[in-house]
Amino acid sequence: MHDLRGHRAYADGAFRWAAAGAAALVLLILGLIFITITSRSLPVFHQMGLSFFTTSRWSPADALFGALAFIWGTAFTALIALAIAVPISLGMALFMTQVAPPVIKKPLVYLTDLLAGVPSVVFGLWGVLVLSQHFGLGRSFLTAGIILAIMIVPIITSLSREVIETTPPGDKEGALALGATRWEMIGAAVLPHSAGGLVGAVMLGLGRAMGETIAAALVIGSALGQLTLSPLAPGNSMPAVIANEWGEADALHKSALIALAVTLFVITIIVNLAATAIVQRSMRKGQGS
Amino acid sequence: MIDLAEVTSAQPDLSAKRSWRSVKSTTMTGLMIASVVLVALPLIAVVWAIFGRGVAVAFHGFPDFFIKEIPSVARRAGPGMGPAILGTLMVTGAATLIAVPLGVLGAVYLHEYGVGNRFSRLVRFMATVMTGVPSIVMGLFIYVVWTLHFGYSAFGGSLALACLMLPVVIGATEQMLKLVPNHLREASYALGTSKSRTILTVVLPAALPGIVSGSLLAVARAAGETAPLLFAVGAATEYNPHLFEEANTALSIQIFGNATSSFVAAQDRAWGAALTLVLLTFIITLVARVFTARIASRR
Repeated sequence: MHDLRGHRAYADGAFRWAAAGAAALVLLILGLIFITITSRSLPVFHQMGLSFFTTSRWSPADALFGALAFIWGTAFTALIALAIAVPISLGMALFMTQVAPPVIKKPLVYLTDLLAGVPSVVFGLWGVLVLSQHFGLGRSFLTAGIILAIMIVPIITSLSREVIETTPPGDKEGALALGATRWEMIGAAVLPHSAGGLVGAVMLGLGRAMGETIAAALVIGSALGQLTLSPLAPGNSMPAVIANEWGEADALHKSALIALAVTLFVITIIVNLAATAIVQRSMRKGQGS
Repeated sequence: MIDLAEVTSAQPDLSAKRSWRSVKSTTMTGLMIASVVLVALPLIAVVWAIFGRGVAVAFHGFPDFFIKEIPSVARRAGPGMGPAILGTLMVTGAATLIAVPLGVLGAVYLHEYGVGNRFSRLVRFMATVMTGVPSIVMGLFIYVVWTLHFGYSAFGGSLALACLMLPVVIGATEQMLKLVPNHLREASYALGTSKSRTILTVVLPAALPGIVSGSLLAVARAAGETAPLLFAVGAATEYNPHLFEEANTALSIQIFGNATSSFVAAQDRAWGAALTLVLLTFIITLVARVFTARIASRR
């Protein structure tokens, strides 16, 4: 058969491959990130071995790099941020979906969008010059946790709202028809239906809180080797250390900072993979019913 | 619901229990309203601080602050964020030119070609995961593959921002392609048009306003990024109009550098730069909203 479309079919195929290539770029970049930064972090692992993860003495001058305190600091600030942000975000999402009339709902969407649009360095500036100085918090885990909480509220709120909105109206009306109050209806119909998706939304917030650099770098206090449970102590987190120490780091020190980035990358990728899978499954369930 | 409450309260046995339950429900509604207030408060406080401290700095002797070079000695008072404004525009502009075409093309594959196949499902999933990669990791990635070989430049920062924007643009564009009605595509095929031509001349123009607004939101977000620029752009104090050569600077880098300074003059410049950055992102977001409103009114 003679193809009447000739070179046009050829152009069509080229366009298709270009589009597929652009899509494949996502996988390529993610793979390259892992390979390139891991290879650059090898010198510090040759030096420290696994004690990089299990000791907390960080002394670049003595070529000692133990990251345990920073890993703990990352987890600790992220947990403080979640403890503050999750109830507030859930309350706001429930208010927007179950209580607010459409007239109020729209400005509230703008409110969360605006909050999400403030650059993190601006929150950091406010945190270091206003929050930590005028509210007696100093630079500490708690100050960093509060700033991070403000920054992850928008993402948890908007995802929770999307998940909650997939609750079948029939479930809600059924609960109300049985005489349930609004809160009982939320407990009986909305929350059980959205539980999976809400967990995913919270985990995405956790991922963001752990990776947030600049605001944390400004307010966390940059204390070395603190393995403490006190939220008011100055501390440090992995991304904050990288941002604060990069400028004056020599080769091995840089390698250690890149090793922190590898650690951070692996942890956040795992958290995000799990969270995305949970959210997508819960959304599909919502659409199916 | 109110009717229901009245009916129930007409029965004496249930009314006592009912009132306790409705008190609980009202309390929880009150807590929800309180959480809305708790979300609004920090936003108001931050905006208040930026305008309260930034306006006096940025608009003193207008337009000095937006044009003059940055004092190379931090404690010296006086204006100057011009190079940082130029740097932010260059870094973000080049990042947009890289990320938006690639992102749109990627989304075209996901929605027009690879519907339902395993590859496109994997890409869509990983794109969502990629939006969660910490920006500082992206910065170090670009440091290793670019800055180590070519040195500081605005373009290195653009590459880092483009990597951060790519999955956002893909996601936003795919949402918009979903809204293009299928009969447009079918009408085009019926005229004998090839698939690529249909996409370029029918589908993409129909989705254009949405793609523009989605991309602009990604641009606004990228313009405020700091961490990825620290390792790629440097911190110059003079104008550098060359995209590929020499250290440059950006508003976010200047805010970060000046925020921890103990000199009041430097802190003042940080507030002025913060105001400038917020106004810049606000303008971009506003343009995006106008585009979004336009598609909303067309439908």
